[in-house]
Amino acid sequence: MVKYLKGDMPMSWFEKLMPSRIRIEGGNKRAVPEGLWAKCPGCSGILYRAEMERSEEVCPKCGHHGRIGARRRLDIFLDEEGREEIGAELSPADPLKFKDSKKYKDRISQAQKKTGEKDALVAMHGRLKGMDLVVAAFEFDFMGGSMGSVVGERFTRAAHVCLEQQIPLVCFSASGGARMQESLFSLMQMAKTSAVLEKMSQRGIPFISVMTDPTMGGVSASLAMLGDVNVAEPNALIGFAGPRVIEQTVREKLPEGFQRSEFLLEKGAIDLIIDRREMRDRLHNLLGILTHHPNDDSAPQTETAE
Amino acid sequence: MNLNFLDFEQPIAELKAKIEELRLVGDDNEINIQDEITRLENKSRSLTESIFSSLKPWQVAQLARHPLRPYMLDYIERIFDDFEELHGDRAFADDRAIIGGVARFEGRPVMLIGQQKGRDTKDKIFRNFGMPRPEGYRKAMRLMTMAERFKMPLLTFIDTPGAYPGVGAEERGQSEAIARNLKVMSGLQTPVLCTVVGEGGSGGALAIGVGDRLLMLQYSTYSVISPEGCASILWKSAEKAPLAAEAMGITSERLLEFGLVDEIVEEPLGGAHRDLDLMAASLKKALLRNLEELEALPQEALLEQRYQRLMAYGEFNE
Repeated sequence: MVKYLKGDMPMSWFEKLMPSRIRIEGGNKRAVPEGLWAKCPGCSGILYRAEMERSEEVCPKCGHHGRIGARRRLDIFLDEEGREEIGAELSPADPLKFKDSKKYKDRISQAQKKTGEKDALVAMHGRLKGMDLVVAAFEFDFMGGSMGSVVGERFTRAAHVCLEQQIPLVCFSASGGARMQESLFSLMQMAKTSAVLEKMSQRGIPFISVMTDPTMGGVSASLAMLGDVNVAEPNALIGFAGPRVIEQTVREKLPEGFQRSEFLLEKGAIDLIIDRREMRDRLHNLLGILTHHPNDDSAPQTETAE
Repeated sequence: MNLNFLDFEQPIAELKAKIEELRLVGDDNEINIQDEITRLENKSRSLTESIFSSLKPWQVAQLARHPLRPYMLDYIERIFDDFEELHGDRAFADDRAIIGGVARFEGRPVMLIGQQKGRDTKDKIFRNFGMPRPEGYRKAMRLMTMAERFKMPLLTFIDTPGAYPGVGAEERGQSEAIARNLKVMSGLQTPVLCTVVGEGGSGGALAIGVGDRLLMLQYSTYSVISPEGCASILWKSAEKAPLAAEAMGITSERLLEFGLVDEIVEEPLGGAHRDLDLMAASLKKALLRNLEELEALPQEALLEQRYQRLMAYGEFNE
């Protein structure tokens, strides 16, 4: 997540020690036009916004992977031609008439306004370097990428396109878990999405799950962990229980790097960590091998392929 | 205050205490107080009926977690014969929070899997409060595929606050263990009959809960997150759990209305723990009827029906 600089930061003790002529005053920061520069949360480096965009929100200095939305994800992953959205007509219902401090209905419209999406998953039939496939991506800004009935149904429809056309499925997850406001309907989406993936396994159609920051709870405990190949982006938070819940249970501080991609790789939970900037090439290679595609360099390439 | 009764049951507890007192007096007294006892017993009965006819979801949640509530082993003993518990995931450990094993059910071989809670403190810790770790789910999966191999129907009994949120559980892949079970169960080539007997706590419950039929005991609950967890996130206070319980629709009655549950198994007056044998008898009846229906289906039809049922989960606008 790249945060825009705003206002002054409190001075650290070190800055206070510095003589004022060396010290760069907060005023200096104020002179930076908003939106033109961004600060990397990984290395605190100040980066040119356009450069960040070019590098797909990966910090060119430290490699920090910023969160990106579902549309952007699909846009940088898929070839430009031949995209077709799946299940776009679906929108969330409110079967429980759920209300906490706010009505679920209001939360939905707020999230829709904020993201321009009807719900937290976008699925598309498209091509990856000419290879026919279906890709789904979670929209974390839509209620924390939580999985309710629409997310489950879109994922299932996406997988059914794969079953019908015998083409691979890739899913980029970014989710806090099941959506509480749809209660047990949400929980059952875990069963539903896992069941369709079982069908895919039976038919030998590959599913690559790419876990991005964060992939937690009911999403990680269903579709996200069920890839034939489980991939993660660097340093993504991935797990079942949230770190705070675990801390409260074990009553101790969690080790550094706990539940991060590198930790999961070490523990054997995932196959690979792939840098976002290499995602197209590496997944294309993996899927090509899994589907017995000949390694043909004359395969149609599009402008987006770098 | 009688600890075997919940807050809202205290009036019943008081009456029961009075009846007990009278009984003791009756033993060494010539006056016939039988009439009085009968009168109070009737009163206690109608009081219980009236209290239990309008339980709030939060009260049902408390019943589902009642310290005397029957657990998996209580049912095994009363419903099945020749049970042999089978241990371990063959990789790491044996998880005592999940019990599994083979048995006979009215003669036919079956596989039984369910969470088990403990009664006293020592036992509770031994069972990890019914919260399984990955090795528990992996043991369950081993037994599920074994059931398939030996053509035994699988019966599961759900009763857990949830999967255990610990460092080790995460290290050993809690998410993957749960996800794998959902996947395997959806395609298991044998009838799968699931019953929520107490607490159905989220993914940790669902991990042994994907099947052909889902039954719920009347005062059991099933939810995506505990009422306390939901309350602390959405209301910023765990004390708002009763509100969360209401909002989430965690009771068997609500879930049947939503079509998420196939059948409710009625509990004895005052809850399963007030008459264990009666509870086990009605559960046995329900299990047998459902199992016979499932057994009558050809395998292909069974699996297709299960798949369509799973695909139908969800409410949305189109």
